Amino acid sequence: MAVKDLFAGAVITTKLKEVVAWGRKYSLWPMPYATACCGIEFMGTVSSYFDISRFGAELVRFSPRQADLLIVLGTINYKQAPILKRIYEQMCEPKWVISAGACASSGGFYDNYSVIQGIDELIPVDVYVPGCPPRPEAILNGVMKIQEKIEKEAKGLKVDQREQAA
Amino acid sequence: MNLTSLQEKFPSEILQVNSKEEDFSIVIRKDRCHEILKFLREEPEFHFEMMVDLCGVDYLPMGERPRFEVVYHLYSLTHNHRLRVRVKVPEEDLKVPTVTDLWKAADWFEREAWEMFGFEFTGHPNLKHLLLYNGFEGHPLRKDYPIGKRQKIPTPEETL
Repeated sequence: MAVKDLFAGAVITTKLKEVVAWGRKYSLWPMPYATACCGIEFMGTVSSYFDISRFGAELVRFSPRQADLLIVLGTINYKQAPILKRIYEQMCEPKWVISAGACASSGGFYDNYSVIQGIDELIPVDVYVPGCPPRPEAILNGVMKIQEKIEKEAKGLKVDQREQAA
Repeated sequence: MNLTSLQEKFPSEILQVNSKEEDFSIVIRKDRCHEILKFLREEPEFHFEMMVDLCGVDYLPMGERPRFEVVYHLYSLTHNHRLRVRVKVPEEDLKVPTVTDLWKAADWFEREAWEMFGFEFTGHPNLKHLLLYNGFEGHPLRKDYPIGKRQKIPTPEETL
């Protein structure tokens, strides 16, 4: 059956906000900020085997002005902090942030003079992905959590903080 | 390598000589350290034309006095021998004459030792941060630097 026959005469009611969110969640443009081994896992996530394009997020941009999903992968030290902050500021609204891996989320085992103890000291974070480094499945799960958040926000539902951490 | 000529030239400056299986190191006083290093660089018998490394040591946990040490790792390409020169530096007087005039390689090494331990390399042409950033408080490789100490996070406006 052709699509035009399937929808022949049908009417779908929805809200504009929700249609926009539906479009957004399947066309995320990620910008990786990779400083350590988590970045290698992201390369695996983008490549054919795990294939992030199944989630509509395959257009990886290396300019913050063309991206709406910042994925921070790796250790962020004090010297990097202003650079990461500037990159976040350069991204257009709406924008989301995934903190991927132990280092970006909490400093990891780098409890020392030079490392920021979690990027949330610097920029707002939507989803934390655990792991050292997280496997590609975990990063994909983080992307799915972002999609969930976009949908829920459009519907005016509260996003559970604990659920995000999973 | 025979260090007797060095010991004869600076008898009161050299505190200790260690030579074990071609692993030579000397401990010297700070006052004439530049002179000794210049001698080691220029004397044909030693001819240490290469500075391999320069680093600092903090002996605080051992309670040693003087507290600090600046260590020069020298190598002679001509003679294929190495020497480690340890200069005792007291906490009260952290001034150490620069050796950038003898070895150009000492430039960045001294900048690193300055920010990590707080040695003042007098006469250094460009003694500013190398690995750390402006606004960093304290010297992180000192043994009394608190492990949990956090710095003020630098902003893009003041650094970029």
